[in-house]
Amino acid sequence: MRRKIRILMAKPGLDGHDRGVKYISRALRDAGYEVIYTGIRQSPEAIAHAAIQEDVDFVGLSLLSGAHNELFPEIVRLIRKYGGESIIVFAGGIIPEKDIPFLKEHGVEAIFTPGASFKEVADFIEQNKRRLSH
Amino acid sequence: MKRLTEKILSGDVRAIARAISWIENDYAQKEQLIDDLYPHCGNAVVWGLTGPPGSGKSTLLNLLIARERMKGKRVAVIAIDPSSPFSGGAILGDRLRMQKHSTDSGVFIRSMASRGHLGGVAGATADAIKVLDAAGFDLIIIETIGVGQTEIEVVEMTDVVLLLLVPGLGDEIQALKAGIMEIGDIFIINKSDKDEAMKTKAEVEYVLSLNDNPRKDRPNPIFMTSAVLNLGIDELSTGIDLYIEELRVNGLIEDKRRKRIAREIRLMITAKIRREVEKQLGLNERIDSWVDQVYRRKRRPYAMINELSDTFFKKNRT
Amino acid sequence: MLNRMEKIKKKKEAWETTTLKKVLERFPERKKRFVTGSWLDVDRLYTPVPQSEEEFIEKIGFPGEYPYTRGVQPTMYRGRLWTMRQYAGFGTAEESNTRYKYLLSQGQTGLSVAFDLPTQIGYDSDDPHSLGEVGKVGVAIDSLKDMEILFDGIPLDKVSTSMTINAPAAVLLAFYIVVAEKQGIPAGQLRGTIQNDILKEYIARGTYIFPPKPSIRLITDIFEYCAQHVPQWNTISISGYHIREAGSTAVQEIAFTLADGVEYVHAALQAGLDVDQFAGRLSFFFNAHNDLFEEIAKFRAARRIWAKLMKDRFGAKDERSRMLRFHTQTGGSTLTAQQPDNNIVRVTIQTLAAVLGGTQSLHTNSRDEALGLPTEEAVRIALRTQQIVAHESGVTNTVDPLAGSYFMESLTDRIEQEVWQYLDRIEQLGGMVNAIEKGYVQKEIQNAAYQYQREVEEGTRIVVGVNQYTLEDEKPDKILRVSPGLREIQIEKLRALRRMRQASRVKRALQKLEQAAHNRNENLMPYILDAARVYATLGEISNVLRHVFGEYQESIVL
Ligand SMILES: Nc1nc2c(ncn2[C@@H]2O[C@H](COP(=O)(O)OP(=O)(O)O)[C@@H](O)[C@H]2O)c(=O)[nH]1
Ligand SMILES: [Mg+2]
Repeated sequence: MRRKIRILMAKPGLDGHDRGVKYISRALRDAGYEVIYTGIRQSPEAIAHAAIQEDVDFVGLSLLSGAHNELFPEIVRLIRKYGGESIIVFAGGIIPEKDIPFLKEHGVEAIFTPGASFKEVADFIEQNKRRLSH
Repeated sequence: MKRLTEKILSGDVRAIARAISWIENDYAQKEQLIDDLYPHCGNAVVWGLTGPPGSGKSTLLNLLIARERMKGKRVAVIAIDPSSPFSGGAILGDRLRMQKHSTDSGVFIRSMASRGHLGGVAGATADAIKVLDAAGFDLIIIETIGVGQTEIEVVEMTDVVLLLLVPGLGDEIQALKAGIMEIGDIFIINKSDKDEAMKTKAEVEYVLSLNDNPRKDRPNPIFMTSAVLNLGIDELSTGIDLYIEELRVNGLIEDKRRKRIAREIRLMITAKIRREVEKQLGLNERIDSWVDQVYRRKRRPYAMINELSDTFFKKNRT
Repeated sequence: MLNRMEKIKKKKEAWETTTLKKVLERFPERKKRFVTGSWLDVDRLYTPVPQSEEEFIEKIGFPGEYPYTRGVQPTMYRGRLWTMRQYAGFGTAEESNTRYKYLLSQGQTGLSVAFDLPTQIGYDSDDPHSLGEVGKVGVAIDSLKDMEILFDGIPLDKVSTSMTINAPAAVLLAFYIVVAEKQGIPAGQLRGTIQNDILKEYIARGTYIFPPKPSIRLITDIFEYCAQHVPQWNTISISGYHIREAGSTAVQEIAFTLADGVEYVHAALQAGLDVDQFAGRLSFFFNAHNDLFEEIAKFRAARRIWAKLMKDRFGAKDERSRMLRFHTQTGGSTLTAQQPDNNIVRVTIQTLAAVLGGTQSLHTNSRDEALGLPTEEAVRIALRTQQIVAHESGVTNTVDPLAGSYFMESLTDRIEQEVWQYLDRIEQLGGMVNAIEKGYVQKEIQNAAYQYQREVEEGTRIVVGVNQYTLEDEKPDKILRVSPGLREIQIEKLRALRRMRQASRVKRALQKLEQAAHNRNENLMPYILDAARVYATLGEISNVLRHVFGEYQESIVL
C-alpha cells in the first residue's frame, strides 16, 4: 500500500469566505490526497488538536479577514506544542506581501495569495512530501 | 516500537494517531505493535453507527459524545468516508460536526478514508479499535455509511450496531429489508422533526415483524431522535446502555466478540495469503498479457488458470 | 407583422449563405462557442423576433409600471441619480466616524456601515472568539456607547444609513434607534437599511448565529416592529451579492436571492402580516460583474420576475410591493491582486452594468480591495468612477437605454426562463430553508465556482494580469493597516462601560428578553431596545438568544 498524504484544511478566524478553501480541498481530493475539512470559524486550539489526532502531514489554513498575524503563529505554536513537530503548515488568503516574512519566521512555510493557482499548491506539497517523517 | 507501545498505553494522543496511520498504510511494523498492545485490550465497548449518507450520523454522534462524556467515559471515534474511485483521494467531512469536542482531552476523533486496500477497511478498523482499546478509551464508536459490502463488514467489527434511518426513504425501506436491516441491533429514526417520521417508524416496525426476519426472536429497540433539535437523545443513550447490559447478562456479548474474532481471523488470513499469491504470481504485472491471450482466444480460461495454480502449488509444496 | 418577419428571416438566410459564409471560410471565428461570463450561449447575431403589441407591454412595458422591466421609476436618473454609497468602516468607532464625515464631505449621499466580524456574529471584543478580528473588516461595536460615537455629529434625520448586519440585525438596529432618540430624532424619521438576510448567510457568507427558525422569527419581528414604528426603514436587503461572490452564476444569483425573498414573504404572512404592509420595504442587493450585457439583462429579468411573483403568487395590490428596488456593489471577486490599477477599469464596466440595469444605489469597489482594506485614495477613485458615469457618460439621459436591443431582450428572456426553472426546483425541494439544509443550493454554487476556477487555471478563461498579460516583477501596493492594539482599546472601553452602567438594570432587561424569547408570540424588538438603553452589550444580548435558540451548524457540502 502506497502511503497516502493527509492534509487538514482549516479556516481559523471568523470570516465565512470558504470558496477558496473548498476549491482547494476538492482539487486536492481530485489529485489523490486525503483531505480533512473542518469548516469555518475554527479556534487555534481546535485546529491543532485536529491536526494531531488526524496525524496529518500538512495543514492548510485559509483566512480572509486580516487576522492572520495573530492567528497563524498561534496555530503553529500549538501544533508544535502538542507534538506535531514535522507537520508542514501552509496558508492562503488576503495576506499582504509585507506580512509574509513574519509569518514564515513563525513556521508558515508557504503563503498563497489571491490569484495563486492550485498547481502552485500541489507543487508545494509534492516538493515537500519527501521531508515527511514516516 | 517499545516506546510507541508504552506511549499508546499511557494514552499519548500523538502516538495513538501515528499508530493508526501505520495501520492505514499497512506498514509491516503494525503487526508487532498490535500484538504488543493486545494483552491490554478488552475493556472498551464498541458501537457501530451506520445509515444512509446524510441521515445525520455525525450530527447525532456529536450529541452522543457529549452524553457519554457526562457519564465520565473516554470516547474515541473513527469516522469512515469513501475514497474517490477515480483519484483515490477523499474529502473527510464527518469531523466537522464533532469538531467542538476536538479540544476535549477525553475525546479522540479520527477520520478514515475507505481506500481500496487488501483486507479492506474492515481490517484496518479492527486494528484501530485495538489501539484505541489499549489506549484506555471506554467507548469506541465507528461511523460508516450504510451502503456496500465493505461498509457492512466494518460495523460487524462492533459490539452493537446502531442503524440510522430517516423519514422519506420511501422505497428504500424495501431495499433495506434485504440488506442492512439485518445488521441493525438498535434502530434510530432520526430527523423526527420531519413530517413523515411516525410513518417511517411504522414501516420499520412492520419490516422487523415480518416472518422472514431472521432476528425476530430478539426484539430490536427503535428510537426516535432529532439531532438538530436535540430531542430523544437521552432516551437513546440510556437505551443503548440497557441493550448492552442485556447482551452482557445473556452472554451474548461474548458470542458476538467470538464471532467478530472469527471474522477477523478469516479476513486477515485470506488477505495475507492472497497478497502472497499475487506477489508470487506477479499478478499485477502479468494480468494484461493473460487478458490478451484469453481475449484473442489463444488460450482457454480454465486451462490457463489451472496451469498457473499448479505451478504455484508445486513451488510451495516443499 | 408576420410578413415583415418573413422578409427578415429570408434576408438573414441569404446573408448567412453569402456574405457570412464567404468570410467564415477565410477567417474562422476565434472560438467554436461564445458564452457569457456565466456560460449562457451567445449567438453571432440577434435579429428581430415576432412580438405582438400585447407581448411588448407585458414583457417590456414602461418604467414605473408593472412588470418594471425598464425600471422602478418613470423618469429614472433624469429625475434623481442613484445613491452613491461606499461601504466603509474599520477600527474603532472614532476612526470610522472620521471616515464617514470625510465621505459625506466628498459628495457621498448615504452612509454604509461595515462591521467587524465579532460584531456580525454577536461576540464582544473581549470574547475569546474575537482574537485577531477586532476592527479588521469593519468597525467594532460592542454596545450603544460605540454606536453613539460612530454617529457623533452626524444628524440621523439627514442621512440614510445602510448597515451590513444580519444575525444580530435587531440589536444593531436597536442601538441606532436609541442613538437617534438621544439626538432627539423620532424613529419615524429614520431612513436606511439593515441587511437582515440570514438565508444567504447559511448559503454563502457564514456570519450566522442561530438556526433558521428562530432567525426568521427575529426577521419577522423586525418587519412588524418597523411597519409600526420605523416606517421609512428598509427592513431587509435580500442579498445575491455574496451568493455571487461565492462563485455562483448570474442566473443562480437571481434565482437563489428571489427564492430567499419568497421564503421571507411566506414567513411574514405566516406571522400574520399583510403582504402590502411589509412588501414595499423589502429591498435587494446584487453584484455587478464584468459581462456587461449579461449583468444588465440579469437586473431587468430580476425586476420582471419579482413583480410577477408578488402579483400572481402573493396577491400584492400595492405597486410598491411589486417593485424590486436594489442596491448594487461591484464584484469583489473579479478584482485581482495583480496589477491592481486594472481594477479601476473593471469597476467602470461594472458601474455601467449597474446603472444601465437601473440600480437604486451603488457601491464601487476600490482598486486595492483584493489586497486588504482600501486606502482613502483608492476609495476616492472608486467614488469618482460613479461620478464620471453619472455626469460625463450620458447613459443617464434616457430610461433603460438598452431596451429593444435584440440581444438584450433575448438575454433577459433567457435568464428569466432559467431562473424560473430554479424556482420550481426549489419549490419541489420544499422551499429555500429545506433546499439549504439539504445542501442543494450550496452544491449548485460550488460546482459553478469550481468550473470557473478550473477554466482560469486551464487558461480557457482569460483574466488579464493573472493568466495572461502578466508582469514579472510587481511592486507591492500601499495598503492600509488596522492598528493591532485595537482589541485592547475595545476591551478597555468595555471594562469602563461595565463599571459605569447599572448592573442590576442590565440583568433585569436581559432576563425579560430571555423570557420573551421563549414565548413565540412576543415581538423581541421592544425587549432588545430596553436592553440597549441600559447599555447591555451586543455579546450579552446575543448570548441570551444563543442560550434560548441554540446555534446553527453548517452543513458541509463539498
Ligand atoms: N431536520 C433534521 N436534519 C438533520 C437531523 N440530523 C442531521 N440533520 C441534517 O442532515 C444533514 C446531514 O447530516 P450528517 O450528520 O452529516 O449526516 P451523515 O452523512 O449521516 O453523517 C445535515 O445538514 C444535518 O444538519 C435531524 O434530526 N433533523
Ligand atoms: Mg457523517
